[in-house]
Formats: sequence, C-alpha cells, structure tokens
Amino acid sequence: MNWINNVVRPKIRSILRRDTPENLWIKCPETGQLVFYKDVEQNQFVIPSSGYHMRISAPKRLSSMFDNGEYEDIALPEVQVDPLKFRDERRYADRIKDARTKTGYQDAVKLGIGRLEGQMVTIGVQDFDFMGGSLGMAAGEAIIAGLETAVKRETPFIMFAASGGARMQEGILSLMQLPRTTVGVQMLREAKKPYIVVLTNPTTGGVTASYAMLGDVHIAEPGALIGFAGPRVIEQTIREKLPAGFQRAEYLAEHGMVDMVVHRHQLRSTLGDLCRLLTKAPAYVPGKQLPAA
Amino acid sequence: MGQLAHRDRPAGFPDFSAKYPDLMRSYLDFEKPVAELEAKVEELRALAATDNAVSVTEEIGKIEGKAAQALKELYSGLTPWQKTQVARHPQRPHCLDYINNMITDFVPLAGDRKFGDDAAIVAGFGRFRGESICILGHEKGSDTESRLKHNFGMARPEGYRKAVRLMEMADRFGIPVLSLVDTAGAYPGIGAEERGQAEAIARSTDVCLGLTVPNVAVILGEGGSGGAIALATANKVLMLEHAIYSVISPEGAASILWRDSTKAQEAATNMKITAQDMVRFGVIDTIVPEPTGGAHRDPREAIASTADAIAAAFAELRGLDRDAVRKARRDKFLAMGRIPARSAG
Repeated sequence: MNWINNVVRPKIRSILRRDTPENLWIKCPETGQLVFYKDVEQNQFVIPSSGYHMRISAPKRLSSMFDNGEYEDIALPEVQVDPLKFRDERRYADRIKDARTKTGYQDAVKLGIGRLEGQMVTIGVQDFDFMGGSLGMAAGEAIIAGLETAVKRETPFIMFAASGGARMQEGILSLMQLPRTTVGVQMLREAKKPYIVVLTNPTTGGVTASYAMLGDVHIAEPGALIGFAGPRVIEQTIREKLPAGFQRAEYLAEHGMVDMVVHRHQLRSTLGDLCRLLTKAPAYVPGKQLPAA
Repeated sequence: MGQLAHRDRPAGFPDFSAKYPDLMRSYLDFEKPVAELEAKVEELRALAATDNAVSVTEEIGKIEGKAAQALKELYSGLTPWQKTQVARHPQRPHCLDYINNMITDFVPLAGDRKFGDDAAIVAGFGRFRGESICILGHEKGSDTESRLKHNFGMARPEGYRKAVRLMEMADRFGIPVLSLVDTAGAYPGIGAEERGQAEAIARSTDVCLGLTVPNVAVILGEGGSGGAIALATANKVLMLEHAIYSVISPEGAASILWRDSTKAQEAATNMKITAQDMVRFGVIDTIVPEPTGGAHRDPREAIASTADAIAAAFAELRGLDRDAVRKARRDKFLAMGRIPARSAG
C-alpha cells in the first residue's frame, strides 16, 4: 500500500500536471483566488487584487533592485559541506544535492553589487526555496563576504532576509553563524556604511537573533512573518491561541522592531532614498550615476 | 562515597545536603545498576546499626567498591543522550551555586532600565580570586519555587538587556566578564516576542563581540541555541565534561527533522552536541572534567575544578591590550568552521 501511495500516486499526479502547467495559474495564499502567473510576475510577485506579497527568488530580487536589472555577481566563499556527516531520515549531503538541483543555487544566499538609482550598493538575498533559507556555514560565509565587499567597495549593504532559522543539519556550526555574521555587521559599522535589512516572509529563528535585527534601518514587507520563536512553539509553550496578526510585519512596526512596512512597489525608491540620505549623497536625478568609490 | 557531609568544608562553603535534604539522590534511568548497589549498601548499613552481632563492614566495602566501579565505567562512556540527561539533572550545580562558591562580595544588579527585571539571568559584580569581575549567568532554580522564579533559566528580552547593560558597564570600568551558561533556550512567549526577543539576543551577542575586556564563558549544563550564544560569545569558551551545546534541543530536532518526537536519542547523537564534539569543531577551548558520576555527585569538586579552569582561561588573556582582546575574539569566531585556506587569508 505504501508503495502505491509513495510511488504510483505521485507519478500519476505528475502526468496529470503536464496538461495544466503549474506556473500558468497561481492561487493567492490569502484569498484563494486564482490569478494568472504572468500578471503576478509583472507585478513584482504581488497578487494584484489582494496585495499579498509572494516569495520572490534571489536572482529575480537582485535584478528587480538594480538599475536596468544589471549587477555584478559576488563570488561565494567555499565552505565545508556537511561537517557533521549528518543524517535524519535522509542524508544531509543528499538533501543539499537535491536543493542545488532544484534551485540551481550553491546555497541559500546570493550576492550582487551594482547601482540602485545611480548609487553603488551591495545586496545580499536569502532564498527561502533553498532549504527554507536556512543559515549554515555557506549562507553565513556569503553574508560575511557581502558585508566585506561593501566595506571594500565602500557601499551600503542591503540584506533581504528570508529564513526558517538555523540550518539544524550543521549543528553547532550553524549556531556559530550568529556571532560570525555579527562580526561582519560590526566591520561594516566601523567602516561607517549603512546597513539596511529588509525582512521578508518569513524571517524567523536564529536569523532574527543576529544580522537580521542589527540593521541601521529595518524595513519589512507587508504581511511578512517575523519572529524568534515559531508560532507553533509558542502555542505549545503557553497553551494559548496567539493574537491575530501576531509576529506579522505590521505587528512588529507597532512594537517598534521595524522602522516601516513598505509595499514592494515602493521598496526600491525607499532604499534609494535611505542609502543616499545616510551616505550624504545628492538627491536622486533619474539617469544620473553617482561616482563609484 | 562522596557524601559531602563526611568531608571538611572550607569556611563559607554552603551545605549542598541542606539544599537537597538528606541528599536523596535522584537517579537517572541508565544509572539503575549503580542505584541498586548503593541501595544495597544502605540496607546493610541499616542492618549493621540495628544488630551489632552481624559484621557487614567487609561486605559493605565490597559492594561500595563495586558501585564505584560501575559508576566509573558508566560515566566514561556516556552516550550523547545520557549526557543530555546528566546536563539537565535537577541536582546538577547551577549558576548560583557557582557564584556562591567561587565569587566573594557578590553584588547582584537588576533591571534592564527599559521594561523590567528578568530573574532567569543572574547578573552582578563580585570578586573572583580577589579581583573584580562581572558575572552573567542563566539560573534554572533548584526547587519548584525558585524554578518558577527563574523561569527555568529561560530568559526574556529583559534578561539579555540587563546583560548588555552590565557588559557595557564592565567594559567602561575595565572589568573582565564571566558568563555561566545553562539554558534550554530563550523563552518562547508572546510578551518576549512583543518586546523583541530576537533583537535582544542579537544585541547581546553584538556587545559580547565588542567588549574590549576579556570574557570567558562556561557551558555548565545546557547550552541551548540563541539563548546561550547571547552570553557565550567569548574569548575563551569552557564546557563541563557532560554538558551539551546545540543549535536546537534533541527533542526539537527530532520533531522537526524526523517529524517524530520519540527520535530525540538519535537526534542527540547525530547533532553532535557533546563537549568532546565541540573541541573537535573548534567551538570551545577547554573541557572541564567532572567528578566521577557527574557534577551532581560532588558539586564541590565540580565547582572547584571549574574555578581553576576559569582562572587559567583569564590568565591566558592577561597582557592583551583592549583592541587585541576584541580582535582575538572576532578572529576566533571568524575562523570557526572555515576551511583552512580561507582562514589563513
């Protein structure tokens, strides 16, 4: 019976799926409404009718932020893979391999440097599709590399956080990414360059307990789940239902944890304004490039 | 063997048998063979006391020897799950036991000056071997009342903000910082989230990394995730022999990764959470040996060897100027887990 459930049914499903391409229509997670994928893509992955902010892939996020979608890739440092030789129900080494095949990325963080409204900025993006955006050696090293690049090239650093938390399969070394990335943030701080964190859906666990909560400015995308402990863990601990909107972007703004909640359509201009103001650069003139360091 | 009451106690040393009346030892499930032998000894002692005619001294000695041997063998090969149980043993000496026995003139300070005080983190100034020191530690409590008071050592944002306040003070006055880490993790509650648990932890780690005075952290029992690292980001990190240090509790990992909470033993093993693993990964510097049978068998000895290890760790940092102290700490964390080629550059 298991064999039928595990093998035959998914096969049948995958055959059926071919007739209706998955990416033609998508369902709004909030309203359940079916929307044409192309419309959502053209709208920066915000559902036009409900305003729900869908997750956006790291490469798409990077090109959506830089002028004309152009940026220079920053090489990601090499790291030890699977330091614990970990396995749960499956080997971690296999999980990594699958995630790489599925996404085409090396790990959960991607970096780029380029111009945002004419000003050079370094951007890091965490992609939730790669093992829940989890923070392990690779992601930690990438974030540090991003911060170091910003120091070297004298640019602000913008981090788009999205993560379920620490990469548990890397055990204690994933926990060590909390202080390690914090060292990176301190280096940028000492170089007196702005550090802006954009908290996207979801940002939880160890990630919030380090670089994601140490920005000079915190921006959250509407509706994003942001918190240290997961809602389920809290419910189990206190044995109570959580209040409506708990740990959502707007709730964090209300409690003083983020500076603002910004719609994706206004994000680029908000970031541009902030970067220019904090670096005392002249006001934005469309088409004009500020000199790079 | 090893009963505190039979030994000479240095002045000022508290009586652990008063803390745990008659030292009713609570045995862990895997200690059953030892428990049986020790129960037998007690039985014979009682018999000898009531009936002078029977001479059981020799027999008692023999069984005691056997019990000691069994305990030694058991504790020389503890599994990670058994260590987890030892690390959480209710009679294991906790933060306040260490403070009461290693620190003189201890002055506890309270409050984060923002919202409240959190008794899950004990903080203050005192003297360690005669010199001023700032102490921060998670306190789990030792009976129902104190456990509730200290929230089982699970801190809220106010605890970490109090730690930040004291660390900044210590830095200003050039006083070294000692962290005693023993927590299952930061408290997951509505209020804690509302008041920025994540930010409080991040900020505490940040301040640890910025200290220009030496800091030493000791993982006494449980080093649970972000709640631990917030205080454990130190120049030197020591860990008791049977303590554990992990990114998530074995139970948590079991329910998330295995989707089966009964797989905690397997999770404890695969996650590599023991002090011996930590040395191998370069995450800690020193293992502090525990008395045979664990720190709870002889808290005095455990605390004494911990104090020696702390003194040795601070001695190694002596002579570094303020920038060098901070740089050494940062470099150490940056190098952690890196493949050698990169850490060289």
